[in-house]
Amino acid sequence: MTEHLKMDEVQPRLLDETTQGAIHRPMPRPEGPLKVSGRATYAAEWKMDNAANGVLVRAAIPKGHYKVDASSVEAMPGFLGVYTDRMPRNAAQGTMNTNPAQIGDEIQYLGQPIAVAVAETFEQARDIAAALKIDYDRDDDVAAGPDTAQQVNEKDDPFDQGDLDRAMADAAHSVDATYTTKGHNSAAMEPHAALAVWDGDKLTVRASLQMLGYNRNELADSLGIDAENLRLLSPYIGGGFGSKLGISPEAIAASVAAKELGRPVRVVMTRNNVFETVVRRTETRQRLRLALDADGKLTGIGQENWQSNLPEEPFAEPVDLATHFLYAGANRRYGQHIAIVNRSAAGSVRAPGEAVGMLALENAMDELAEAAGIDPIDLRVANIPETHPENGKPFSSRSLAECLRQGAEAFGWSARQAPGARREGEWLIGMGVASAARTNILQESKARVTLNPDGTALVETDMTDIGTGTYAILGQIAAEMLGLPPEKVTVELGDTDLPKASGSGGSWGAASAGSAVFLGAKGIRRRLAERLGCTPEDLRLQDGVATGGNNRRPLAELMDAPLSEIGHLETGAKSNDVHQAGYGAHFAEVAVNTVTGEVRVRRMLAAMAAGRILNEQTARSQVWGGQIWGIGTALTEGLDHDPRTGHIVNNDLAEYHVPVNLDVPDLDVIFVEERDDDANPIQAKGIGELGLSGAGAAITNAIYNACGVRVRDYPATPDRIFSHL
Amino acid sequence: MRPFEYVRAETRDDAHRADGRIIAGGTNLLDLMKLQVETPERLLDVTRLDMHEIDEAENSVRIGALVTNSDLAAHPLIRKRYPVLSRALLAGASGQLRNKATTGGNLMQRTRCPYFYDTTQPCNKRAPGTGCQAIGGVNRILAILGTSDHCIATHPSDMAVGMRTLDARVEIETADGDTKLLPLDEFYRLPGDTPERETALEPGDLIVAVHLPDPPAGAQAYRKVRDRSSYAFALVSMGAVVSVENGKIASAAMAFGGLGPRPWRDHDAESVLEGETPSRALFDKAADVLLADAKGQGENDFKIPLTRRVVAAVLSDLTGVSQ
Amino acid sequence: MQITLSVNGESHALDIDPRTTLLDALRDHLDLTGSKKGCDHGQCGACTVHVNGRRINSCLALAVMHEGDEVTTIEGLGEPGNLSPLQAAFVRHDGFQCGYCTPGQIMSAKSMLEEFGNGWPSNVTDDLTAAPDFSDAEIKERMSGNLCRCSAYPGICRAIRDAAPDEGMHKTEAAE
Repeated sequence: MTEHLKMDEVQPRLLDETTQGAIHRPMPRPEGPLKVSGRATYAAEWKMDNAANGVLVRAAIPKGHYKVDASSVEAMPGFLGVYTDRMPRNAAQGTMNTNPAQIGDEIQYLGQPIAVAVAETFEQARDIAAALKIDYDRDDDVAAGPDTAQQVNEKDDPFDQGDLDRAMADAAHSVDATYTTKGHNSAAMEPHAALAVWDGDKLTVRASLQMLGYNRNELADSLGIDAENLRLLSPYIGGGFGSKLGISPEAIAASVAAKELGRPVRVVMTRNNVFETVVRRTETRQRLRLALDADGKLTGIGQENWQSNLPEEPFAEPVDLATHFLYAGANRRYGQHIAIVNRSAAGSVRAPGEAVGMLALENAMDELAEAAGIDPIDLRVANIPETHPENGKPFSSRSLAECLRQGAEAFGWSARQAPGARREGEWLIGMGVASAARTNILQESKARVTLNPDGTALVETDMTDIGTGTYAILGQIAAEMLGLPPEKVTVELGDTDLPKASGSGGSWGAASAGSAVFLGAKGIRRRLAERLGCTPEDLRLQDGVATGGNNRRPLAELMDAPLSEIGHLETGAKSNDVHQAGYGAHFAEVAVNTVTGEVRVRRMLAAMAAGRILNEQTARSQVWGGQIWGIGTALTEGLDHDPRTGHIVNNDLAEYHVPVNLDVPDLDVIFVEERDDDANPIQAKGIGELGLSGAGAAITNAIYNACGVRVRDYPATPDRIFSHL
Repeated sequence: MRPFEYVRAETRDDAHRADGRIIAGGTNLLDLMKLQVETPERLLDVTRLDMHEIDEAENSVRIGALVTNSDLAAHPLIRKRYPVLSRALLAGASGQLRNKATTGGNLMQRTRCPYFYDTTQPCNKRAPGTGCQAIGGVNRILAILGTSDHCIATHPSDMAVGMRTLDARVEIETADGDTKLLPLDEFYRLPGDTPERETALEPGDLIVAVHLPDPPAGAQAYRKVRDRSSYAFALVSMGAVVSVENGKIASAAMAFGGLGPRPWRDHDAESVLEGETPSRALFDKAADVLLADAKGQGENDFKIPLTRRVVAAVLSDLTGVSQ
Repeated sequence: MQITLSVNGESHALDIDPRTTLLDALRDHLDLTGSKKGCDHGQCGACTVHVNGRRINSCLALAVMHEGDEVTTIEGLGEPGNLSPLQAAFVRHDGFQCGYCTPGQIMSAKSMLEEFGNGWPSNVTDDLTAAPDFSDAEIKERMSGNLCRCSAYPGICRAIRDAAPDEGMHKTEAAE
């Protein structure tokens, strides 16, 4: 049976009535022992004795056409085949649900996957891929970057309102500044991998993917097969961060080659492939304008951005996403300019929009606070709008002010001094703050919950756990609702044969799939209440015992066969009528070396409000992730494109600098507990991307407070600091 | 990676084959072979040869070519008498890589120039005569000293900078059984118009050891500036040994990483210091000499002022001048 | 090529392409997939194993060069139900999220503690001739060859500190 809910109305806070105590507490991940012992099996690792191995072939030119000469490698040891059929230009965008661009013999960027070389062993395939002779018809009219692009797509924003120029002219204090950010790569630790096996016209692919429901349609569409004939399996995923939202070239290549060869084929991306063929976060240039009146109220906000992408690629970095609703101000203007370039495809990388948009907005707020002589926290709190400043919608739970205040208290913000005032030897020390905001999204989700008479339960859904803690929290929700210790609940994920959930992306997974599990369990509670002879409202379940009315019975006495329910959550009016977002505040203390400009983050604290916290430990880890990505975006990470070819030159982990352990101090996280009744029936909101929103800006604001250097060009590598000291 | 014949050298003679490529730790060679930047037809595995010892002799220390970077950095003698070398080693790579990388192999490390690494791109070092794509390209990490129109690569080793500071000499055994002792500035060649030729090694030569003379008098330091706090190559690094007597600098040795195609040392800059009273102005003067011929390529222009700052800071530390 | 590899105390006869790395020999030939391939170029640390008791990047090692060596992988440390102290501490402190870098982190940590015990200095050690402090900065510097993109570094450090006594980390010795 199915327990269905369309989220049109506020739901009762059932998880505050249940008494098992399984939820919220910092429970270690149930799959942890498998992961720490090397027994969790990732996509490339499934044993398949007769599997052939494929290696992707990269385009050596940025633009033109190509033709491969398979005869050049046919005699090489282990050769099985070279295939170009259906090769996608790049990975699909998140929730695309259709094939990514497949452009035949055309090349639009250097590093584009143009063939897969398949051999008996990996070593043979790698050599064949390198030896393959390719005839190029080179087009020298390359748009290497936004500066040389001939085509720029402009977008007028429907939310422009008032007269920003006038507001700027009349302002008591204003900021008009331009910020730049380099591109980013998700750099998940597991490179994309796929193992494709055909059985007649049925295809099974083990892959590393975030959103199986979409990915199934994307892969089927790419191959021209019926999605019903395709099964995807992704029980363990070595990190995603947006890079595995859409189907990617290795899965299509493995499927094509496996069909041609009539045997399983495994294709694993090299790290270079990951940098080149999976989506990058676009570089951005942003013009920020803020106007403040004499009373310290914002009268205008403007954020215009310039970015880039491949031709016809359906994605734009939503740079101004949070700017639309975070602060008040009557006069508002936005703008987006997308240069069409011969660079790798741009797409979603953790917190698309906020990750870079909030750097600029929150830096500009810091500059404005200084110009006006107002404490940066006071400026932010004073400009929190009553309702959405552009469409007048009410907000759901919103604890921004509490996050700023509680965070300031816990961090010791009152000890902040003027720039240059705190010195320790060569180092200048400073503090910075930034707001965090991330739009909350709900997605349709299903999950099957089964309660067994022996007091165990099973949760099944095609939802994924990309490290976010899905195994833990779905088990905890079911345990809480069914009155079982969490270790009695088994969670099975990552299989398209199971009920379809939201997938992992956009920070919506926990709330969406979690709500489906909640509903499934709620359906079981309804049936148990009937059997016990009480109303569902009166039913109490704890430690395998049901209590209700005047009855108290162990579960085993209420059921002689498993009870199974599918929970089905659909989005409803609440998604449109109420503006939902998670909020928070980031604090950072940095040391800036006055000789070299090197920056060390000494302390960070995040105060986060994201509705109900389902597992304090996994939620904290998600916030840690956001804080550390904040360190990366502020200080170390940036894609370097060749000025002539557009190619990502630092396409490895030696020269694309993700933070290392020593870059990261111990991190503080406090949760400002709230319930978001408008969001979903479990009153939880996403937190994975919220933790990154604004985090880097707190660091660069701290750099200014330390040494008086305003960072407007990211990342703030030593050369960009010392030259101003 | 191209197929190769694997030969395990059991004796030194096995390693003197001119038609083979020597592999020890393999941390750089295998990296490059996977990308087919290096395509040896025969690998000579020398790891079983007896070159693992650190021996103290009169007026010198002899470091076997197979001593790992971590053993060398942790060796009590090195820590005590040659701290600039310990520090340089510890500033490089990671614990895992230092456990594998060897003294001889580290000297043979090749540049991290991204165009050298990408076989789709022209590179005079990898494919002589094809051109230097780094000039006019992404060159933030590349060289400002000792470059040519054909190559602007840097040598990436920290260890070699420490050794250069200490006047180390490389002991090379030739195929004929002769021994050569080459100081590092003779061991490493400048690119000129043959950037593919990086060292003075001849076919069949084997690095068997590195000799350190007794350390010069004075305090030692190694400072490395990089884009993240660990596990990153140097933007600029500096090894130095400076002694001060009666308020004057008696001797000074300075070597630099991140600036040139070999660990960079300029005796003229050192001469500026010797016999003088240490001061910020003096240090700047030495830096002027050091950087007189420095040529930025745009993105790496910052290395010139950064080097000046590092020189002043390191020398200030070693001589007790307040900055 | 015919070689014999000793892994986790067991001897394995293999017929492999000389190009096979130690990492690929473990993963593809011995079905020991606990050691991970994150970059294949010594830039991430996910492939960390012990060879003769020392941590190395198994992706930058040829299997044929390690005949006669004793290789230890994550599978040799413990298993569910019988985890090693470090493995259990990683679970307790959430020293991972996606789990892909985790075997490398744990292998690295175990070896790092031994290096500490032997008094090895690091880049953040103030006095090269004294025993290093077991400080956070020392742990972090020595663990910086293992990238974690999920960013579990705070949990990793807490786990290492927690497990260190049970992993037999004895007091450090000063250099002579």
